[in-house]
Amino acid sequence: MKVLVGVKRVVDYNVKVRVKADRTGVETANVKMSMNPFDEIAVEEAIRMKEAGTADEIVAVSMGSRQCQETIRTALAMGADRGIHVLTDEELQPLAVAKLFKALVERENPGLVILGKQAIDDDSNQTGQMLAALLGWPQGTFASEIVLSGDGAEVTREVDGGLETVGLAIPAVVTTDLRLNEPRYASLPNIMKAKKKPIDQLAVDELGVDVAPRLETLKVEDPPARAGGRKVASVEELVDKLKNEAGVI
Amino acid sequence: MAALVIADHDGTALDPATLNAVSAAVRFEGDIDLLVAGGGTGTVAEAAAKIAGITRVRHADDPAYDHLLAEAVAPLVVELAADYSEILFPANTTGKNLAPRVAALLDVAQISDITEVIAPDTFVRPIYAGNAMATVRSSDAIKVITVRGTAFPAATQDGSAPIEPVAAGEGQTLSHFVRQELSKSERPELTSARVVVSGGRGMQSSENFHLVEEIADRLGAAVGASRAAVDAGYRPNDFQVGQTGKVVAPELYVAVGISGAIQHLAGMKDSKVIVAINKDEEAPMVQIADYGLVDDLFKALPALAEALDKAGVKPR
Repeated sequence: MKVLVGVKRVVDYNVKVRVKADRTGVETANVKMSMNPFDEIAVEEAIRMKEAGTADEIVAVSMGSRQCQETIRTALAMGADRGIHVLTDEELQPLAVAKLFKALVERENPGLVILGKQAIDDDSNQTGQMLAALLGWPQGTFASEIVLSGDGAEVTREVDGGLETVGLAIPAVVTTDLRLNEPRYASLPNIMKAKKKPIDQLAVDELGVDVAPRLETLKVEDPPARAGGRKVASVEELVDKLKNEAGVI
Repeated sequence: MAALVIADHDGTALDPATLNAVSAAVRFEGDIDLLVAGGGTGTVAEAAAKIAGITRVRHADDPAYDHLLAEAVAPLVVELAADYSEILFPANTTGKNLAPRVAALLDVAQISDITEVIAPDTFVRPIYAGNAMATVRSSDAIKVITVRGTAFPAATQDGSAPIEPVAAGEGQTLSHFVRQELSKSERPELTSARVVVSGGRGMQSSENFHLVEEIADRLGAAVGASRAAVDAGYRPNDFQVGQTGKVVAPELYVAVGISGAIQHLAGMKDSKVIVAINKDEEAPMVQIADYGLVDDLFKALPALAEALDKAGVKPR
């Protein structure tokens, strides 16, 4: 079975993002970029399927600027077999990404698409569900366990109150949550080997998808600042303040 | 035009996040219908009919919709969509699972996790885990929206709307429910708790977390953990609060031995009141806290438990 995984290039989770002075977005120039953490989990899960013999090929897909190649290389160094880069400098919103993925799925015919449940930049949490809808496939979102069996998959999902397990027909789209696995670090020999693995580059036009944004960002601002930094001297004072000043206990 | 709110429920009770979604729907100033889907959900529909501000409850009482599987419910919502200009879901795991499937089938964008309705087509939503707020305008005819519960008050339940049945569509074979394991914890669920007490690397061991639990139980709080504490194995991953974990916004957040890494702050800084207990006065968490107690947590936590008892504080 072939597995397609999505890898998005995002601002590294350790970077404190800054809103641009002109309020058009957040500063991404000269900022450390990394693979979206949920996508690392997606890549790791696919590699484990290959190691277990249930997957035979892993294709890592990224969409966006030229630098997305680096993100694909990271996935290849972890253990993906080849990459596909949909090159564009236009803004891609989740619906557009889902449509581009659908076009790639129709070319590649994977048995499973694994995506991160959300990207830590726009926090949309949409692409996997949208892709499943467009393909008419089942979806296993926020997965903490994937068990493949013959013609189906059992996916355990992280829901608000605990865990829910659903049975899905294959092919399916699965999105990853934190508990699914712990992604490996790429070893130096594998980083070297990854340089030789192929990455196909495609233009949006070649996939025949309308990627025009449906949402216009009018402005991006800092969240309301907190007036913090007050100290209390003792636990008694803390309890008193919480009870009589803040009224929260 | 009208708004449709998709009710979340467990088959017998309405999920309270639905009430916050209704409050967001009220901002559109049109009729508000509520969809209750699932077999034998009469009690849910009756509870939904009491929500103030609702025009009517549309009740799809059919087992095909049990557990609100997205593959089954999304086509139902799409079928009803022509009557509506807005379709709203609570931004909980049910709504997050379902809404994008509906949006894609309607070929519209989804506006995730809104915290404000500026105009019928303009919304505020957090990005970068709340480190920035984006104001976005949708050009689509139907707005598919998920609503951040902590940003809107719960609608009251003193109304009485009519309940109208909706015919079920054809069943589906893409997915089926297998089982559910709901957390057995006596404590509230992390993302919906009124109070959260979290421990960080400063706890030093898994065993020491009982000190955090002692405080949590006195406040009726959920227990959380920083990524550092999770990485150190003190608590499992589903306790993690932060940009890569759960985003919480309780009335009271108590951070114990958490220095306040950016990615943790991103997951809890919308809490109404923040308390930091840390021996490092310079820790970022102490800097942003409404009340900072600079002390050794191993002394402070037992003393705090005692002080809470003495003040007669009980879980609300």
